[in-house]
Amino acid sequence: MEQLKNIGRELAIGSQGSSKEFLELVKAIGEAKSKAEEERLVMEEIEMLKKKIVEPDVPRKRMKEYIVRLVYVEMLGHDASFGYIQAVKMTHDDNLLLKRTGYLAVTLFLNEDHDLIILIINTIQKDLRSDNYLVCCAALTAVCKLINEETIPAVLPQVVELLGHQKEAVRKKAVMALHRFHQRSPATVADVISKLSMKIMHDVDPSVMSACLCVLFDLISADANSYRHLTNSYVCILKQVVEHRLPKQYNYHNAPAPFIQIKLLKILALLGTGDKGASNNMYNVLGDVLKKAEPSGNIGNALIYECISTITAIHPNSKLLESAAAQTSRFLKSESHNLKYMGIDALGRIIKINPDFAEEHQLAVIDCLEDPDDTLKRKTLELLYKMTKSSNVEVIVDRMICYMKTLTDSHYKTDIASRCIELAERFAPSNQWFIQTMNQVFEHAGDLVPPKVAHDLMRLIAEGAGEEDEDADSELRSSAVESYLQILVEPKLPSLLLQVICWVLGEYGTADGTHSAAYIIERLCDVAEAHPGDDVVKVKGYAISAITKVCSFEIAAGKKVHLIPECQAFIDELSASHSTDLQQRAYELQALFAFDSSVVGAVLPFDGSADDIEVDQSLPFLNHYVKSMLSKGAKPYIPANERQAATTLASQHVESYVSSHSLRFDPYEKPQMPIMALTPVTTLQSDDQSIDISQKATQVFQPSFDADTPSSEATRLRLEGVQRKWGRPSYNNNSASSSAGAERSTNGASNGLDIEKASGGKQGIVPQEPKYVSDRNKQPEISAEKQKLAASLFGGVTSKADSSVRSSGRSQKQASTNRHVGTAKRMQTVDPVDSRAQASLPAATAPPDLLDFGEEEVAIAASSKDPMKDLEGLFDNTGSVPSSQPTAPVTNLPNIDLMSLYDSDLGLGSGLVSSIRVPDMIPENLPNNDSGDRLTVLDGLVTTSGAVAGPKVQGETSASSAIKKGPSLESSLEKHARSRQVGVTPTGPHPDLFKDLLK
Amino acid sequence: MTIRFVLLVNKQGQTRLAQYYEYLTIEERRALEGEIVRKCLSRSDSQCSFIEHRNHKVVYRRYASLFFLVGVDGDENELAILEFIHCLVETMDRYFGNVCELDIMFHLEKAHFILEEMVMNGCVVEINKSNILTPIQLMDKNS
Repeated sequence: MEQLKNIGRELAIGSQGSSKEFLELVKAIGEAKSKAEEERLVMEEIEMLKKKIVEPDVPRKRMKEYIVRLVYVEMLGHDASFGYIQAVKMTHDDNLLLKRTGYLAVTLFLNEDHDLIILIINTIQKDLRSDNYLVCCAALTAVCKLINEETIPAVLPQVVELLGHQKEAVRKKAVMALHRFHQRSPATVADVISKLSMKIMHDVDPSVMSACLCVLFDLISADANSYRHLTNSYVCILKQVVEHRLPKQYNYHNAPAPFIQIKLLKILALLGTGDKGASNNMYNVLGDVLKKAEPSGNIGNALIYECISTITAIHPNSKLLESAAAQTSRFLKSESHNLKYMGIDALGRIIKINPDFAEEHQLAVIDCLEDPDDTLKRKTLELLYKMTKSSNVEVIVDRMICYMKTLTDSHYKTDIASRCIELAERFAPSNQWFIQTMNQVFEHAGDLVPPKVAHDLMRLIAEGAGEEDEDADSELRSSAVESYLQILVEPKLPSLLLQVICWVLGEYGTADGTHSAAYIIERLCDVAEAHPGDDVVKVKGYAISAITKVCSFEIAAGKKVHLIPECQAFIDELSASHSTDLQQRAYELQALFAFDSSVVGAVLPFDGSADDIEVDQSLPFLNHYVKSMLSKGAKPYIPANERQAATTLASQHVESYVSSHSLRFDPYEKPQMPIMALTPVTTLQSDDQSIDISQKATQVFQPSFDADTPSSEATRLRLEGVQRKWGRPSYNNNSASSSAGAERSTNGASNGLDIEKASGGKQGIVPQEPKYVSDRNKQPEISAEKQKLAASLFGGVTSKADSSVRSSGRSQKQASTNRHVGTAKRMQTVDPVDSRAQASLPAATAPPDLLDFGEEEVAIAASSKDPMKDLEGLFDNTGSVPSSQPTAPVTNLPNIDLMSLYDSDLGLGSGLVSSIRVPDMIPENLPNNDSGDRLTVLDGLVTTSGAVAGPKVQGETSASSAIKKGPSLESSLEKHARSRQVGVTPTGPHPDLFKDLLK
Repeated sequence: MTIRFVLLVNKQGQTRLAQYYEYLTIEERRALEGEIVRKCLSRSDSQCSFIEHRNHKVVYRRYASLFFLVGVDGDENELAILEFIHCLVETMDRYFGNVCELDIMFHLEKAHFILEEMVMNGCVVEINKSNILTPIQLMDKNS
């Protein structure tokens, strides 16, 4: 039966007008068992297409098929540039399907800077003027992918015109085209957008409005301040969306227009950041979104997550933070990994405002950290990275290094290594720990660490703690030496670590007297031998320098140095090295033995690396010599830059002089720069004079070079006034730099208040706590080890939660007590402010009933006739309303009744849509089960579709199924017959191809 | 807040549909597709549907033998993208009727048109199925 169904499916699939070749190609590709086989098929296809595509008089439909095959070729990873021109030609076609296929292929093949685009501009211009709105849409879609900065002016006027098109589909795409232009070159469309923003941004059609939000999001993230006055209208739109005031078709699984909601929430987050007034107006609607979103499905959770992001970005509100925290807890406790992932992310946002919130979820976080799921683990590490303090840095960095050891991908390794280093540098509790940590990082990711880090580490060892505590410093150094001698046993070490090791051993290897010079030298000789790598020359250089230092310390101390045979061999090898650097170092070492102890001690003093060597750049010790030479008639010194200018000038001249005597191939002499006439022929002058003259020459030369003197300007083409149509953008076209970096965390000023409020929020969660505790009681198997980890990570809670777990250090306890004191203090200071905030809160939060038309009826009566005018008027109002009466705009807003406007418009505009619409196969309105997964909804779908598939196979004509499905049964039967002619047969190896995706 | 690419790849790692919203050369595409598919295939159903790859975040969902992969930037709401994928499949399902891999292969351009209606400049602009399918169905009728 299953097989029969497959046969039916396959036979029904053949497309109208497709040739046998095409069907076979697709079939062959579909059945290809390996990448290699697919490769072979595509290569054959390319050869075939190359021949066929250039044949004269290919029928248009056939050509379309060739182009789709070209798309296949590129999609499967091969170059199809031989056929690009055919795709370009296809865009000229009158048939809409062919035209759109042409546009599609062109957008897939070409990037916006491709030469062939010029050939399409004309077609696009023509199509934008078309009477058929589908043609306009096709052209606008192409505009969104093909137009670059230079071609924008060619289509901009028409796109702007289409913003007023009667079809909402066209308006939507025109808005998106503007969006694209704005992305490419904000300057070119800035005035258009500012002029039109009021009108188009608030189109009555939901899909056009949704497109407008894309543009607005970009505008607002570039500059939130100029759009703050619009906050209320977005709040109002969001409110209406949440209240199901958009038509059902915009719902997705019962969630009203979720993508519009998400966009609005993102916009509100930008507008509310650091703006208390704007944030105040959002609190109500954010609460509504949280309340209305169904926590049972993905889409509801997506909305909730977005809400949390917004709540944590805007000026904080304790009640909302409380519910955001509750939702985050729910995410973290969920079984679904996706929700856990979102929960970890949300947690990271919440702890920015309330750091104590993390403690409640320490075990959940640790579960995620230990999860085998790589994505989750990495996200958790990111969270830990954000919450690192000096009290938990040791545990967190240790975890990161453990994770780093498991990684193979260098990209992530670099990433995590740099984070480890950053944390270690910022929070290191002791130098000792820092050095140990760095050693580990170098050991496991040494080649990926920037060399600067190694140099910083060396400096740290050399300079010690920076205090005048020589004992501690030398202890640090000896421990470093010990640890490096241990590490050297490892078989494979990255060269950067080896360099550090050599340097440290050279400087401090013999310092504390535990190791003899001979021993250190022996180990240093081994280093270069045992670790051949890419950077072997560098390592050898470090090694030989280290040996030199060890020897010189011995000599300076008056001891006699006997070089062991390995070392002698090493020196001999290096003195014959290809690298001159190594040679020099080897010879220097050998030369050292000839000097006595005082000289050597001066050349290489012990622990001299940290001492600054002062260099007097004016080199006063040479003064006497210079004076005597000048008096003997030597030339004075000319600084390098002046000298260079003079020589270039001279050489230019020499060139022109020489060239006049040789064969010349260019027909006309180059116009002489006027400057040439001014310069004397320096080459013929005697040496002494030439300097003087060339100095003069530079004086003449430089100004003319710097600024446009009239003479030089005259010889140049004037390009300023000429508009450049095509070609590369010229350098003086200053592309306005829009800093997209949105400031998200500018809540700093009111931080004290935030924390106070947030802790109030925490108290609010208390009712939930018993449940959580009982949860924990239920799971006594939480290992002590885990709890210990939790304790060391989250510090403060240990004393409360589990007194049996030893807190991991005195310093940590101290930190936590400090914090408590801190909060207590803050509470005191903040209290009056807060009480004031509390007092004013009822007034602010009293939910203005946005849909209550009663009150303001009189005020709006005059303007409510024309919906569009109403909107415009409204925005003008909101712009000018002084902020002292914040509730006024809010109560004003219900007048934008998006939906009623939409309904009337839809009635006129898309009667066609509703008549064509096939009945919903996907039961969007099915009651959502508690299990919440869409699977249940889909089950319904699958069963119905199964019922339809049966009759299809048997060839019964069932009227009901014919209506229900997109392609009618009749046409599929037709296809059936066609495919049978073509000979597509069911295939064994890949039944997958026929599996319905939604099963 | 942008989608960088939408990919349909089957279990064998063969690409069935590819739409990039940021230009990559063919070689870069090949490498990217290969690496991402390898990563996705190695994951179990219980693991989360997001992976990080280089500087992309990839949200993926599996339907029968076909993986739908959407590459997004850092600010995107992953769960919403997961549902966008489902919406795409539902829309294809309504258009083709019990959509399967072979439908997409035979009607590659139609599948692209559907995607073009739903995503522009890397933004989800439409999830209203009748708005998405009307232009395509009208076009089918006229030609």
